Amino acid sequence: MDVQVKSKSKTSVWAELKRDRFLYLLVLPGVLYFLIFKYYPMWGIIIAFQDFSPYLGVWKSSWVGMEHFVRFFTNPSFYLLFRNTMMISLLNLIFFFPLPIILSLSMNEVSSKAFKRVIQSVVYLPHFLSWVIIAGITFLLLSQTNGIINLMLEFMGFPKIAFLTSENLFWGLLTGQNIWKETGWGTIIFLAAITGIDSQLYEAAKIDGASRIRQMWHVTLPGIRNVIIILLILRLGNIMDVGFEQVFLMANGAVANAADVFETYVYRNGIQQGQFSYTTAVGLFKSVIGLTLVVGANWLAKRFGEEGVY
Amino acid sequence: MRESLGDRLFNIINIILLVIIGLITLFPLYYVFVVSFTDPSEYIEKNGFVLFPEKWSLGSYEYLMSTSAFIRATGISAFLATVGTMLSLIVTSAFSFGLSRKRLRGRRIIMIMVLFTILFNPGIIPSYLLVRDVGLINSVWALIIPVLTSGWYVILMKSFFDSIPVELEEAAMIDGGNDLSIFFKIILPLSSASLAAFGLFYAVAYWNTFFSAVLYITDFTKVPLQIVLRNMLIDSDTAVGGASAMEMSSDKQLPTQTIKMAAVVISTLPILMVYPFLQKHFAKGVLLGSVKG
Repeated sequence: MDVQVKSKSKTSVWAELKRDRFLYLLVLPGVLYFLIFKYYPMWGIIIAFQDFSPYLGVWKSSWVGMEHFVRFFTNPSFYLLFRNTMMISLLNLIFFFPLPIILSLSMNEVSSKAFKRVIQSVVYLPHFLSWVIIAGITFLLLSQTNGIINLMLEFMGFPKIAFLTSENLFWGLLTGQNIWKETGWGTIIFLAAITGIDSQLYEAAKIDGASRIRQMWHVTLPGIRNVIIILLILRLGNIMDVGFEQVFLMANGAVANAADVFETYVYRNGIQQGQFSYTTAVGLFKSVIGLTLVVGANWLAKRFGEEGVY
Repeated sequence: MRESLGDRLFNIINIILLVIIGLITLFPLYYVFVVSFTDPSEYIEKNGFVLFPEKWSLGSYEYLMSTSAFIRATGISAFLATVGTMLSLIVTSAFSFGLSRKRLRGRRIIMIMVLFTILFNPGIIPSYLLVRDVGLINSVWALIIPVLTSGWYVILMKSFFDSIPVELEEAAMIDGGNDLSIFFKIILPLSSASLAAFGLFYAVAYWNTFFSAVLYITDFTKVPLQIVLRNMLIDSDTAVGGASAMEMSSDKQLPTQTIKMAAVVISTLPILMVYPFLQKHFAKGVLLGSVKG
């Protein structure tokens, strides 16, 4: 009896697979992609615990345990990389993160649809420009010899500022670029969340005599709290990612101490100098911290009764 | 209800604020545009202070159009943006559609697998070694295949497909369709707005490809546009790593500021051209199911 039931369910699985074969065919390329290009490299992480030699391959390279990690943590550049990464991230968190929220609150208060659409088209635009272009524009504006900002400063009788080659200004420069490029784009998600707020809440607030600013504070902001928290969690999880392209493009000899971050370090020592095992260890350290931060932030958010990311 | 004085003041300040933000966003773009059309001699004479050029010139554009490296790299980027986008859209939508159908076995496991790739990535080196081992170095496919789809877009698109009722498929099944024909003939046409949004995001990403080209393309005759732009825009003596500007202008002196900005304008043009047509789909693409409540 038991055997019969089993074999019966087995044939129906086969029948199901056969019936849905085209459905599986549709999914197949995606599954293969994720297995090969996302999961196979995860297996490649084991070279962080080896003295990997491309000639011997993963199977024959010798094991060294945590040696590369120890070497990295005792290296003076570890402190520098960690500091730079955290500072760039924190500046973005403090100065960039609130701006899309403020801008979407402000855009939401505009009654003219046409004006709102024009502003949206304008502020979304920089998001689509590449970091190479942004870097080029930055040089055009801020170069010390003929950047228009410095020319204006000079014209008004102020001294010129070495925006591009000053270590003290480098982090601020990156934050500024990020604000210009992404603030507008960041409003999309908040504006959509605002649309979902029940309009009766505004009516009630108006009857209670709330001004426009008080309505923002007591109705709109609480209404988008979920979205703010979700994005904050994601941001915290990505605190170790500062955007390789931006830093790589803006770095130069004069600001090297402020500009070296984990990924530029991995690129230089790994790709350019072939220290694959050592830099895989560096990358793994960064990824594990990142994963821990997202999981931790998500757990915290849920403890405080919010929805979280997953 | 009449607007109170406070509300009117609030409106005025708010609009002024938005106009200022708009101008701050536009000014750098305006300035790039102006410089690109300025006569190089006027630019040098005024040392870059050309907010309103006296004589407009197409010289910088003519120079660029005679630069073979620039033309070739633009072609490579155009290939990436068209072929890459199409492949990415097909793979992403087919995958997401399959995941959205409850009949698919193992869909939960696959979803968790996709989600995990968003939370954790193995770093640059293991991916680099994979691309190298499969022999894609210096191939244009190294810029497409490793970024064929994205976990984020799969999750967003899946929640979009979740909203398409199964009854629609069942009706088509009865009429003798199979999953393939249903997907291509019924589902995809129904999803055109979402495809437009994701298509634009993929196309922009391919057009802006820079980092993977730094990693995977060492042969200067095979680099995409952003690499050539980098070499033009960033002075070789301040740049770190990568190919130097010497390769770009081995025959001539470093490109002048006006030529650099003409290159910026040309490479931004394709984005500006599709932008108005696709803008109305942005919000949809970003938001499909990503905001709960």
